[in-house]
Amino acid sequence: MLRVDGLSVKYGAVPALHGVSLEVNEGELVTLIGANGAGKSTMLKAISGLVKYEGEIIFNGESFDNCGPRNVLTMGIAHCPEGRRVFPQLTVTENLLMGAYLRHDRNEVRRDIDAFFERFPRLGERRLQAAGTLSGGEQQMLAITRTMMSRPKLVLFDEPSLGLAPNLVEQTFRFILDIRAKGTTVLMVEQNAFAALELCDRSYLLASGKLVQHGTSSQMLSNPHIREAYLGG
Amino acid sequence: MTERGIASILVVLLAVLPLAVNNQYVLFTLTSAGILIIAAMSLNLLLGYAGQLSLGHVAFFGIGAYVSALCSLGFEFYYGAESPLVVPSQPVWLALIWGIVVAGIFGWIIGKLAFRVRGAYFVILTIGFAQVSRMVALNWVSLTNGPMALNNIPPLSGWLPGYGVVPLSGRVENYYLVLAFGILAYWIISRIVHSRVGRALIALRENESLARSVGIKVTRYLVLATVVSAAMAGGAGAIYAHYVRVIDPDVFLFIYTVTMVIMVMTGGKGTLLGPVIGGLIFGIIPELLRHMVRPELQLILYGVAMILIVFFLPQGIVPALAKLGDRVRRKSKIGKTGVLKDSLTT
Repeated sequence: MLRVDGLSVKYGAVPALHGVSLEVNEGELVTLIGANGAGKSTMLKAISGLVKYEGEIIFNGESFDNCGPRNVLTMGIAHCPEGRRVFPQLTVTENLLMGAYLRHDRNEVRRDIDAFFERFPRLGERRLQAAGTLSGGEQQMLAITRTMMSRPKLVLFDEPSLGLAPNLVEQTFRFILDIRAKGTTVLMVEQNAFAALELCDRSYLLASGKLVQHGTSSQMLSNPHIREAYLGG
Repeated sequence: MTERGIASILVVLLAVLPLAVNNQYVLFTLTSAGILIIAAMSLNLLLGYAGQLSLGHVAFFGIGAYVSALCSLGFEFYYGAESPLVVPSQPVWLALIWGIVVAGIFGWIIGKLAFRVRGAYFVILTIGFAQVSRMVALNWVSLTNGPMALNNIPPLSGWLPGYGVVPLSGRVENYYLVLAFGILAYWIISRIVHSRVGRALIALRENESLARSVGIKVTRYLVLATVVSAAMAGGAGAIYAHYVRVIDPDVFLFIYTVTMVIMVMTGGKGTLLGPVIGGLIFGIIPELLRHMVRPELQLILYGVAMILIVFFLPQGIVPALAKLGDRVRRKSKIGKTGVLKDSLTT
């Protein structure tokens, strides 16, 4: 479904990724793991068009060629960036509408929003409240759903568990598994290597902007080098 | 109370005011303040909603004023060819529209240039633009009359039943005219802010990379906001030109931009009512002070008032009042039911 070939990204003169290749097949949940600054987030940003790259990204047979985030989104790839994940001053409903910015089927958008509120009634109660006033976990659910509002074929999650309490991390992962179960392919960056490997089908390990290892979840979990460096022995 | 409710009450109060106070000086003060408030509202669209500070906003105001004045007077444009381009005098309303359009075009150019880099560069570029505009107005004497000013600008005209088309030169007529334009400007901005475009602008202000990742075209929306903002400031300038009926290059002075920024910041940037409330306060206070204290002291008091507001109400007056209103509502809810319910969910 997605093929990345020899991808390199530079921030000014500083190289962040050099010659990384990876592949994501339809229906898979693939994770990118690695230490801080390994280039995981940069990889997602390159795929979603937020940074310029060299190399090739091919999605369903079409090459992206640095076509920018809007076109990437139109082709069916949505990106849930790390850090501040919602628009704090917009209301909960408005945040969801932003996720559906490129859609024009109003009634369907309405229905998707209602379905979300049914699933998370607490957020339904707060639909007119500024998103910035929600708790961290609620903001995360909102951010994930906003990303899904564009009805992507492939969704990129960047550190979805970052800064969340353990029980919320679990809720978030369950939500992501659910999304995959409903037929959306997932490529996820996750710093918590153990959790990431437990969840995924396959995984890629990045270090200093290079691909050092990849394999299925069980291959990675049993690899002695990975066990030592990333899973705490 | 909702923003719309307060705005309606304010409009009614301002509409009946001339019936109660038939004082020419009061009306003059309010009319001048009203024109600046329209300019401040336009600045708020950029500063408050798009998050871009235009420190040369007065340039659009001045361009609107000059273009509208020149079109209504008629002018000769020497552009290097043997014979100048002669534009005969146009009807005032058409001239006003030209003022709006030309200011909008300059807004488009500035937006296109500046938003490639944004932030501090936008601020610098707009300041520079305002200074250049002032220099052009000062030195292009064959067109603008330079420091000798453009005189005898015709007033706007109106159609009154029974009278036909009459020039609106009286204080009361102009007061209502500016009030009507103010309402129009408020309506346009509120329509924009509550639309898809407005949400996109706010999203950009809050988190640009997230906004881009949901598919918003950054430059397009920022340029659009600049064009609308510039055109509206141009409209305010055009009304000003036909109201005071004489303009000189001093309309481009930096102090007017500063005044607009103060109105927006103290009233509450990013709120619809902010520039109106801030504008009424800072448009009227200096006039009130004029009778009470000596001029040296006036500016000092003005400055102190500003510092106090910025210090105690950093978000501005309107958001502070809204918060206060929320708290009162919450309290009364507790009183009635004994339980604190989320007053914001309804």
